[in-house]
Amino acid sequence: MTEPVLSRNFTVADAWKMDVAENHGAYETAKKVLTTMQPDDVTNQVVAANLRGLGGAGFPTGKKWQFLPKESQKPIYLVINADEGEPGTFKDRYILERDPHQLIEGIIIATFAIRSKKSYVYIRGEYVESARRVQAALDEAYKKGYLGKGVFGSKHDLDIVVHRGAGAYICGEETALLNSLEGGKGYPRLKPPFPAIVGLFGCPTIINNVETIACVPHILKNGPEWFAALGSAGNGGTHLFGVSGHVNKPGVYELPMGTPLREMIEKHAGGVRGGKKLKAVIPGGISAKILTADEIDVKMDYDSLRAAGTMLGSAGVMVMDETTCMVKMLYYATKFFSHESCGQCSPCREGTGWAHKIVTRIYHGEGSLPDLDVLLKIARNMEGRTICVFADAAAWPIQSYIGKFRPEFEEYIRTKGQGIHRDYKEYDPRVGAPKQIGAH
Amino acid sequence: MANITIDGKQLTVKDGITIIEAIDQASVGLPRYCYHPGLSIAGNCRICQVEVEKMPRTVIACNTRVAEGMVIHTQSEKAKDSQQSVLEFLLANHPLDCPVCDQAGECKLQDYYMEYGLYDPKFNDLKVKKTKKAFPIGPTIMLDQERCVLCTRCVRFGDEITKTNDFGVFNRGHHSELDVYPGKELNNKYSGNVADICPVGALTDRDFRFKMRVWYLGSQDSVCPGCARGCNIEVHYEKSRPYHLKEKRVMRLKPRENQDVNKWWMCDEGRYAYKAIDDNRIKKTRYPGGPTTSAETLNGQSEKVLEAALEKLAAALKGAKPGSWGVIATPQSTNEELFLVRRLFRDALKVKDLAFWAPGQEGYQDDFLIRADKNPNMAGAKRILALDEKSGDITSVVERAKKGEIENLFVFSTDLAKVFGADTLKAVRSKVKTLVFEGPNGNPTADAADFVLPSSSYAEKDGTFTNFEGRVQRIRKAVEPVIGSLPTWLILSRLLFLLGQKVDYLRADDVFDDLAKTEPAFAGMNYKTLGKGGTVWAK
Repeated sequence: MTEPVLSRNFTVADAWKMDVAENHGAYETAKKVLTTMQPDDVTNQVVAANLRGLGGAGFPTGKKWQFLPKESQKPIYLVINADEGEPGTFKDRYILERDPHQLIEGIIIATFAIRSKKSYVYIRGEYVESARRVQAALDEAYKKGYLGKGVFGSKHDLDIVVHRGAGAYICGEETALLNSLEGGKGYPRLKPPFPAIVGLFGCPTIINNVETIACVPHILKNGPEWFAALGSAGNGGTHLFGVSGHVNKPGVYELPMGTPLREMIEKHAGGVRGGKKLKAVIPGGISAKILTADEIDVKMDYDSLRAAGTMLGSAGVMVMDETTCMVKMLYYATKFFSHESCGQCSPCREGTGWAHKIVTRIYHGEGSLPDLDVLLKIARNMEGRTICVFADAAAWPIQSYIGKFRPEFEEYIRTKGQGIHRDYKEYDPRVGAPKQIGAH
Repeated sequence: MANITIDGKQLTVKDGITIIEAIDQASVGLPRYCYHPGLSIAGNCRICQVEVEKMPRTVIACNTRVAEGMVIHTQSEKAKDSQQSVLEFLLANHPLDCPVCDQAGECKLQDYYMEYGLYDPKFNDLKVKKTKKAFPIGPTIMLDQERCVLCTRCVRFGDEITKTNDFGVFNRGHHSELDVYPGKELNNKYSGNVADICPVGALTDRDFRFKMRVWYLGSQDSVCPGCARGCNIEVHYEKSRPYHLKEKRVMRLKPRENQDVNKWWMCDEGRYAYKAIDDNRIKKTRYPGGPTTSAETLNGQSEKVLEAALEKLAAALKGAKPGSWGVIATPQSTNEELFLVRRLFRDALKVKDLAFWAPGQEGYQDDFLIRADKNPNMAGAKRILALDEKSGDITSVVERAKKGEIENLFVFSTDLAKVFGADTLKAVRSKVKTLVFEGPNGNPTADAADFVLPSSSYAEKDGTFTNFEGRVQRIRKAVEPVIGSLPTWLILSRLLFLLGQKVDYLRADDVFDDLAKTEPAFAGMNYKTLGKGGTVWAK
């Protein structure tokens, strides 16, 4: 493997402290950029580096910056999406807690490029330590004069504010995040207009993921060609993959874009735990469609995974061995989505809850075979009919789990959950079952 | 301009309008819950799905702008499938308590199920139980959370129109509930509108609830007589079951869209003022020497009694000395009636003491709809009687009557006790030889009068009001005059006839035509050209 880029300081003790970070080269690039470069040149380099949004959607970052209106009378905001809530994802947390100066340096360069004077870091409410570390790093940066009026003696002014979320998954959707940041309810906004035109407080706003912005200093330091060459075609750089589940060495792995999934599981994560057989992998957080054991010879980048019918998403790789019950997996997926649907659009509000009721029924041994078709119908009717992609994300697990493991679901329904898993006691759905079907 | 096609219909529409606006212009049906032309676009109900050629998925018509060459299908299989599936989601947790729901009959869940739904329902689980059912959230509105489809029309109404920020959606997912903010109640001057814009039975009008199933209601276009704004309304009345609620015929008023006057709204004061149409009505004609039996026992003879009273009054008018009569007209009357007041009293009888403006009657005013002037036809009265607040002030007439300088007084509707106090009424009564009261509702002045001529309320007659901007708008007869009463214009034309004047008025529009001929402000107008929205008179 090549030298680590984003994770190079993860093993350095106290890298979240200013002096340690500076000993490891923090802020050097930002200083150079702000004193020698023009904003548009920075954007052009980011475009040339093929940097794509690492929060899940994979939208080219430089192109997003170029959507900003050229002559804006209103202030421009940069909002960092650190609301990392996708189940199976824990990569941004490492940057926030172990190397926050990398993020701050990225914000300095990015705000310089998009001519923004104010940046918000919206951190997931449960990430208490992350918020504490970022705030401490910001305090040190202010003390050093790296933030505030005239950053590094340039004409660039910058303030960074940490805002902690209150625990809603939907606030990771960028426009719901803006509403939440404004003090409103976390409801995704109707688009158009897009945030680059009408965003935070009605002003042009760029929303980028933590990891995306953390990549920016490295692009400016080593050049866009170097960065692009790290990854595969059209997917520049490396990516932090959070591998969890039934592997011997779960954790965050920084690997080049396009690393084969099989290599990731078998080589880096040490293979399936206990020598068991692999059953399935979710490659990009709970929203991504599941891959069976036969489908893991796929490259882990945006385009390859899309071609394989799933998505890289937030790069939360969940590995499941042969003991995994897919009905139980779907039960937890639908439970999550029905709990986290914001309730704004009717298909999602009613569909996620309805699907969870049916899956709960199946899980408790009270399902019937036609239920599977109703579930697929609900998923189809939710998908693509709402304001944001939450409903799609809720539909994909239903479609892919039932689509790829239908015999298991049917067997489960026929045997009331007792046939397919011999170690029935471990999967006894009646243990700890909620009293009322459909309750959270 | 953009050329588009909707369901095969070629249309040229303004650039930048939404598909749903184009659809409404083309009068093509499309279901909608959250969309309301008077409110911002929420795009959350997702039912207005249409298929646009060259777009991969169906889109919502309310938030998609038209573009040149767009081909839109509202009835294609794809579009219908989308609409049906959204409706099935909306009905999944709906209680389906139509038999006990007051909205039944005008509920968009019912209507759209019949028009666009008719799917094979698959929901087979327990419904979510929500907190509040049949819960009063203010003096006018009842909330039922489980019927709510969370379209947020009422939320946006409170945020954008009244700016009182009454409603919010609480909780998340399928536990989302509509409610007023904790510790608050829905109590503003326009609260009744939320029941109108609520497409389902979640917000119902406490005043109207369970009085009547809506399919028993008839509807007539009219104008609210509550203030000088002249909000366009529909009068909803008992159509076919007079025995249902004894003598109560008008059940409710609903605002009617008029972009130039009231948009889609009306105030609560106007909305609930309909009760005067059926309450405290004068039903018995009274005249010196008339029958003393009650109105109920006249057994259909009430018209004859009114005729006799008019004959007696005409004789009194004819025989009076010039200058012995004073007249207190009212801006509550229609243009037609004020025109006949002018013809009868000023032109035929040469009455000089003719006034109409009662002092000190202004009320609450805001910068939206409600006007301080609570008379529907002040502008018309001023123009037709050629008087203003000063020259038309009734104080001088009343003062002269009190001093005995006026022998006889003819009062239209106005209650002298309310305007000047009971003592003044007493003083006037003791000095005046003949006191005539003509009006629909009883009051102390009517009680004190020698002649009482029952007249019809605004819901029982045709006519026009001129609002504060000079907009002449039609009121229409919704229900028959209460037994024993006649529209004021008929009473006046009858008196004119008895005084030997030339009258050939069969209907109120004949009077209006005569008015249009003689009064330049109304020149060229007739009931046809006034249309639904009225016409502003020439400056």
